[in-house]
Parts: sequence; C-alpha cells; structure tokens
Amino acid sequence: MNLSVMLSQLGSGFLVSVEIFAVTLLFSLPLGLLICFGRMSRFTIVRLLFSAYISIMRGTPLMLQLMVVYYGPYYLFRIKVPMSYRLIAVFIAFSINYAAYFAEIYRAGIESIPIGQYEAAHILGYNRVQTFFRIIFPQMVKRVIPPVTNEVITLVKDTSLAFAITVTEMFTKAKQIASSQASMVPFVVAAIFYYIFNLIVALAMNRSEKALNYYR
Amino acid sequence: MSLFEMNHIRKSFGELEVLKDISLKVEPGDVLSIIGPSGSGKSTLLRCATGLETPDSGEIIKNGAVGLVFQNFNLFPHHSVMKNITLAPIKVQKRHKDEVYRQARELLAKMGLTGKEDAYPYQLSGGQQQRVSIARALCMNPDILFFDEPTSALDPELTGEILKVIRALAQEHITMVIVTHEMAFARAISDHVIFMDNGVVVLEGDPEYVFNAEHSRMQEFLGKYDGQSAGI
Repeated sequence: MNLSVMLSQLGSGFLVSVEIFAVTLLFSLPLGLLICFGRMSRFTIVRLLFSAYISIMRGTPLMLQLMVVYYGPYYLFRIKVPMSYRLIAVFIAFSINYAAYFAEIYRAGIESIPIGQYEAAHILGYNRVQTFFRIIFPQMVKRVIPPVTNEVITLVKDTSLAFAITVTEMFTKAKQIASSQASMVPFVVAAIFYYIFNLIVALAMNRSEKALNYYR
Repeated sequence: MSLFEMNHIRKSFGELEVLKDISLKVEPGDVLSIIGPSGSGKSTLLRCATGLETPDSGEIIKNGAVGLVFQNFNLFPHHSVMKNITLAPIKVQKRHKDEVYRQARELLAKMGLTGKEDAYPYQLSGGQQQRVSIARALCMNPDILFFDEPTSALDPELTGEILKVIRALAQEHITMVIVTHEMAFARAISDHVIFMDNGVVVLEGDPEYVFNAEHSRMQEFLGKYDGQSAGI
C-alpha cells in the first residue's frame, strides 16, 4: 500500500473522528450547563440526583459507558439496533460523559463569582434569569476557558475510544491498516493527525481566551 | 408621609442578635447618617433596608424606589462604564435607550468622568469606580439612595473625591442614608444622625445634638476619631 492510499483511508477515518468531536461538544457544552443547574438546585433531592449522575459519569470508564449505551438496548430490552446506531451510541455516550465534566467546571466558575455581583444585580432589579445570563454567565465563561480547554484536548484523543465498538474513526482505521501491512507507519501518521488537530484546538482556545481579555 | 420607614426591625444571625428593635424614618430631602463602631449593626440595617437581607420581624415601608452604593463598588467587570450605568434602566425599567444614554452622559459629566464611557472598571481608580457606581445607582432615578460605607475601600485622597460628590448630591436635596466612618463629613452634611451600638440606636437627632451629647459611649467612640480627618 502506498502512502497516498494510506493517507486517504486515514483521512476518511479522521473525518469521522472530527465528527465525533464536533457533535460531542455541540451537545455536551449546553447539556453540562443544565446538569450544573441541577447540581446547584435549591431542592436537595434534585441536587443529590445530579450529584449521583456526575459521580457515576466521572467514576466509571468512558469505554464501559460506551458499551452500555451501545449494547444496552439489546441486552436489556431485546431491541435490535441498526448498524447506524454505532455512531449514534458514540455521540450519546460521549455527550453525557463530557457533560458531567463540563457541569463541574461550570459550577466551579459560577461559585467563583463574588456575591457582590448578585447583590448589585438584585438592587438594580434584574430577575434571576437576567442576573444569570447578563451578569454571571459571561464572567463564568471567561473563568472556565482554561479548564474547558483541558477537557476539549482530552476529547480529541478520547474519540479513539469509539474503536471499542468498531466505529471506523481514525484509530480503528490505523489499527486495521497496521495489522494488514504489518507496519508502524499508520500509527505514526495517526499520531501526527491527532497532534495537529490538538494544536489547532489549543490555538483556537488560546485565541478565545485572549478575546475575553478586554476586561479583568 | 415619610419616604421610608423601618419599624421595630429585628435580625439575628444564629445566636447573635444584630438588630434589636430598630426604628427609623426618612423624609423626602433628608440626609441621614448612621455612625457607630464596627459590628454595631449599621451594615445589616442597610442590607435589611435595601432588601439584601430579610428582617426576622418588624415592618419596612417604602414609598419609592431604593438605590444602593456598595462599599466595594460591585461594578460589573465585563461591562463598560456606559453599559454598567445604562443596562438596568434599559432592560429592567424598559426606558428608551436614547433617553437613558443622555442621562448617563449627564451623570458622568457630573461625576467628572466624561471621556470614560468606554473604559472598563479595571482601568479606573477606586475613586473613579465608586463614582461610576454612584452614577449607576442614580441613573435608576431612585427616590432614596443608600450608601454602605462608600469610602471604606479608598485611600484618604480618593475618599475626599467621593465625599465631594455626596456633598453635591446633598445640595441637590437627594434623599440619602449614609453609613459612614467619616465623622466630620457626617456632621457637616447630615440633617439627622443615628449613633448605633450593639444593635440598638443609642442616640439620634440633628448632628450638633448627637456629636455633642454627654453620652459616655458616644464620646468614647468619637475619641477614637480624634486627629483623623477626611479631607473635608
């Protein structure tokens, strides 16, 4: 197999990796905010429920969660799932897992905002929703960018876990080519792809961090 | 009818009774200063008056809108000076943007902050930040403006700046309640002074009466301020 054929095969796998990455962020970033609200609820029962959710999501392997989401419908309910469910299962498992991490990052961000900001908003007549979205949320975003960047970089590498249910993302492809050609080259190429992807992610996050430096 | 009344207010934090049956009245145009040692309940009183704390018992009668200037400004760091001042009048009071901006510019001019419209709070000195926060409170057109130790976070020079602004507001007959440690200032600008200690009103009346009262606790308190002056 020549290099260009290998590159095009890995490239098609890479697109699937990017898709997993993008869809996961699209769902987990907002879902994390909802979970964060639940985790910070005034009602003890809601708070406990969401704390338990976060604890389980962070306390068990993502690969195991992926298996549960993928095989669960059949093993538990004897539902036959179509082939296309593989990728859906990855989206679901990744989104609910990453949302748990984002929820805790958001919570730390929200709790770091001084109480005086809430008091000033209250005196000025903002209601709870206005206070959150106009005063607290924008300041939280600035504070959580560094820890969110960490998670996003981890996510790039975690997309390779989709290998466990043979979704043909880049790592799965690399493994297939490597064993059929008895060659290390596909792994090296895949590593370069992941590395460059993360370099771009880090640069983009760095830029957004800088963009928010207009205030302190 | 008074603009603002507190009747028999009590407030405890756990075992500690911070306000013990406090009553006060504010008439339109009044400047009321509340003085007293740290821990006497002054700030808690102000927080109850402005709705930041709920009293355990007693009643609060408000015949008008209330504004508050905080000790440490509490400006919104992510908003420009202009946005800090105009956002609530536009979004909460639903007033017209042009009118609010016009008023905000007038207030900034009055505060000596013309040209700082687009600055962010971190770019301003403490005195400038406090003047922005006074402008922010005034732009809501409150009927009564409360100040919670507005100069305690400032050095003596910047303190003078703020006291000058408050003095100008007093001359415009804006109704104000000021918790302060600036004795000479309180004495000079107030129509009424309340001296609090240990959660009760010990003395109240016009400034000459309160500051000259032959009251041991009051004289002991004032003694600690001898030799200090706030530049006004």
